[in-house]
Amino acid sequence: MAKARKHPALSGLQEWERGPLKASLARLPERRQSFATSSGLEPRRLYTPLDLAGLDYARDLGFPGQPPFTRGVQPTMYRGRFWTMRQYAGFATAAETNRRYRYLLKHGQTGLSVAFDLPTQIGYDSDHALALSEVGKVGVAVSTLADAKTLFSGIPLDRVSTSMTINATAAVLLAMYVAVAEGQGVAPAALQGTIQNDVLKEYAARGTYIYPPAQSIRLTTDLFYFCRKHLPRFNPISISGYHIREAGATAVQEVAFTLANGIAYVEAALAAGLDVDGFASRLSFFFNAHSHLVEEVAKFRAARRLWARIMAERFRAKRPESLMLRFHAQTAGSMLTAAQPDNNVVRVAYQALAAVLGGAQSLHTNSRDEALSLPTEESARLALRTQQILAYETGVADTVDPLGGSYAVEALTDEIEDQARGYLKRIDAMGGAVKAIEAGYMQSEIAQSAYRWQKEVERRERVVVGVNEFQVPEPAPRRLLRIQGSVESRQKAGLRAFRASRPQGRARGALDALKKGAQGRENLVPLILAAVKARATLGEVSDALREVFGEHKER
Amino acid sequence: MQRKIRVLIAKPGLDGHDRGAKVVARALRDAGMEVIYTGIRQTPEAIASAAVQEGVDFVGLSSLSGAHNHLFPRVVSLLRKLGAREVQVFGGGVIPAADVPRLKKAGVREIFPPGTSTQDIVGWLLRAARKARP
Repeated sequence: MAKARKHPALSGLQEWERGPLKASLARLPERRQSFATSSGLEPRRLYTPLDLAGLDYARDLGFPGQPPFTRGVQPTMYRGRFWTMRQYAGFATAAETNRRYRYLLKHGQTGLSVAFDLPTQIGYDSDHALALSEVGKVGVAVSTLADAKTLFSGIPLDRVSTSMTINATAAVLLAMYVAVAEGQGVAPAALQGTIQNDVLKEYAARGTYIYPPAQSIRLTTDLFYFCRKHLPRFNPISISGYHIREAGATAVQEVAFTLANGIAYVEAALAAGLDVDGFASRLSFFFNAHSHLVEEVAKFRAARRLWARIMAERFRAKRPESLMLRFHAQTAGSMLTAAQPDNNVVRVAYQALAAVLGGAQSLHTNSRDEALSLPTEESARLALRTQQILAYETGVADTVDPLGGSYAVEALTDEIEDQARGYLKRIDAMGGAVKAIEAGYMQSEIAQSAYRWQKEVERRERVVVGVNEFQVPEPAPRRLLRIQGSVESRQKAGLRAFRASRPQGRARGALDALKKGAQGRENLVPLILAAVKARATLGEVSDALREVFGEHKER
Repeated sequence: MQRKIRVLIAKPGLDGHDRGAKVVARALRDAGMEVIYTGIRQTPEAIASAAVQEGVDFVGLSSLSGAHNHLFPRVVSLLRKLGAREVQVFGGGVIPAADVPRLKKAGVREIFPPGTSTQDIVGWLLRAARKARP
């Protein structure tokens, strides 16, 4: 063993193990036989320089802002500028959501993040039969250009960056965003933000797919191309592990499946004729900030290093920016408890700390009431304050990668990278992420992890404070945000008026052109933009593509 | 020999969050029940007719999108319309306590809030099945 070769710490360690440690264990056994992270990694009692004997500083860590970016993507990190505080928000109609955005911006939020309702995400207008009772519930309803205009009214789109959680209908919403900006006098080239546009994880974990995978990926890469040409400051995808983790995956699976999907997108973009160094620097990522603090910090660092290596070794990217994994983080919604909701404030604070210690570029902190409903204004503000306290009061933002060099963090970073590589090998052997998803591999791995977690909680091998330990009789929950039925009727009335007031021939013509384009090979985003400008609705555009592409059915 | 308890676990509406539905389906299977999982994005009509075709004793509905007040009662009433009154409907997901009385009044037998142990769900089904066919 190269590691054990007479490291100066070795004899001391052996002495310590035989002496004080043994005596201590005899007096007081440890809390449990074995310790395990969420990924089933077994964190050791103690890490020492021996664990880092194989670490090559220049090769494995390097300096911030330089490959492999283990220590961060910028040289000064948060000393230059804090992460973007970007609270995911949206509910009811565009008017209500616009008020919430202005409220959050007034209280110091630094970027917007749009949550759309399920009909909008799945390409149904608010008056579609399947939209019944879903309108405005988990996000804002946007069926028309008029809705989009209201959503951003009074918000200068040349100065605020906007993230949109939208996938199957990403091209439609981006087209609306461009059209709204033009209406404000803002050129597409000035727009900054991110569109999620990651449909692979929808099949694997989140569920808002419409079309079969091949057609969906065509739309994804069409958006890559369009953004590169017209919105050079916009991230055309946010490759998301967040939802994979929420669905039950471990930290290792989150990294592995996300990067596997990333590889699939890069391959698709290359196949569509894009040059790797032309688009790779605009790929962005989205991870979960879960509760095991040390594992999470190691996870973010491992993901950065592994992606840099994949881009360099596998895709021969040349520009350093092409190797850079920039990510947004959101605290783990699935860790929020309905019991003793104020405890969630504390959970979220620790999870947010993990994201910042892990070098996130932007962050959403969940609100305490989200195990039961969307957050009230008050809860949303408290979640934002949690980030501000972290930024301004704790000092963790004053040093780049402050845990870098920690024996434990570096050892876990290695272990997560290794195990994620193992998964990537298996996925490659299946023919890549798309095949692995079509075969149900990712889904079944995730479901198994979710079940294991639940059983561990039920056996009290995992303590969830307030749920399986330290319970109290629950008082009636405090005021929750309710979405009234009137939202749906107001939304439908707006939609009727919108359809009635437009020149019908133009909308129909644009939709026909889109269908024709979909049958061929041309880039669909300009056609979608033309349809949106001709006042075709989100549902109409999606239906036109459904006609040509068909719909995906879960196996 | 007693027939196994048959359960349909279903995701009505557009919600794609099926972690809980899958965990419950597997826990019921591990407890010896026969479980059919519909997959996500099912209409109440499709769920009710699947329940009748499969001859299940229970339908378990999961929703995290806030559409439960419409979707759950709709499944109950469609089952009645199809003459399957004996099928018992239960549910879970992100459902505020304030909505539970209304859902029960509409014929949903039980609602399991976030944080429920799967053992509690198994126990409830066993008791409810015994009561239904002693």
